[in-house]
Amino acid sequence: MTCKEFLASLDDLIDGSVSAEMRAELQQHLGHCGHCEVILNTTRKTIEIYRSHEIYELPTTLQERLHAAIMARCKKGC
Amino acid sequence: MATIQPVELEPHPDVALVERVRGGDLAAYDALVRKYERQLFRIAQHITQNREDAEDVMQDAFLKAYEKLEQFQGNSKFYTWLVRIAVNESLMRLRKRRTGKMVSIDEDIETEEGSVQRDLADWAPDPEQNYNQAELAEILRKTIQGLPQGFRIVFVLRDVEGLSTEETAETLGLSIPAVKSRLLRARLQLRERLSRYFRRNKAAKEKSGKTGVGK
Repeated sequence: MTCKEFLASLDDLIDGSVSAEMRAELQQHLGHCGHCEVILNTTRKTIEIYRSHEIYELPTTLQERLHAAIMARCKKGC
Repeated sequence: MATIQPVELEPHPDVALVERVRGGDLAAYDALVRKYERQLFRIAQHITQNREDAEDVMQDAFLKAYEKLEQFQGNSKFYTWLVRIAVNESLMRLRKRRTGKMVSIDEDIETEEGSVQRDLADWAPDPEQNYNQAELAEILRKTIQGLPQGFRIVFVLRDVEGLSTEETAETLGLSIPAVKSRLLRARLQLRERLSRYFRRNKAAKEKSGKTGVGK
């Protein structure tokens, strides 16, 4: 397996949607390719960081104000 | 082997709420708004990159959904339907700001295959520990804002908001292969950009030096 072929399956590997057979092939490639191992680990980390850190937080006071405004307009029939 | 999409045997809890809203129960809509307002605000801000626009989009999307609830077919999830409205509202808002210039999710998408980066330094263990919350948030914002729009939306829906590939495709009106290709390139580009901050020995140096987040 080449690095390019590994990358083509990277998302499926990360998302856990590869077959057992494919997984074994990918693992075998990782065993001797430090380059792809770094890509896999740091891409996983990238996703995890974006998932676990809310970068556009909606402050509670603003949330309540917007919520009240939406419901008031719905009550009036928009 | 598990399938990617679990088969839903029971109706989604939103179905009952939507039915109640259709019957005139405003409290049920209140519950739906409360459930999804944070997500819609986030998605809108990721697309418009502007806080005031995101506030307007969130309100308009919920009002539009309320008005058009009769058109909701129920063959997709209510949340996916809502996100589609919010994405369209966000793109409309961008168009307005750019005085009528067309804005689409295809914007800035280059067609050639992304090359594999050769400069590959591994990251420090738990690299985010080298920054405080505010610094980290700034790094993450700047990094994702630098992605082409069409990659950014796919990444946000799939990886941040947790929509499936199929739902993302449906929401954006893209094919499944297009979503997959954009997601891979978005993930790789983000990874590459974050490497500037997170690679081994780099974070500590930046922290002690004057170089800030804006580099």
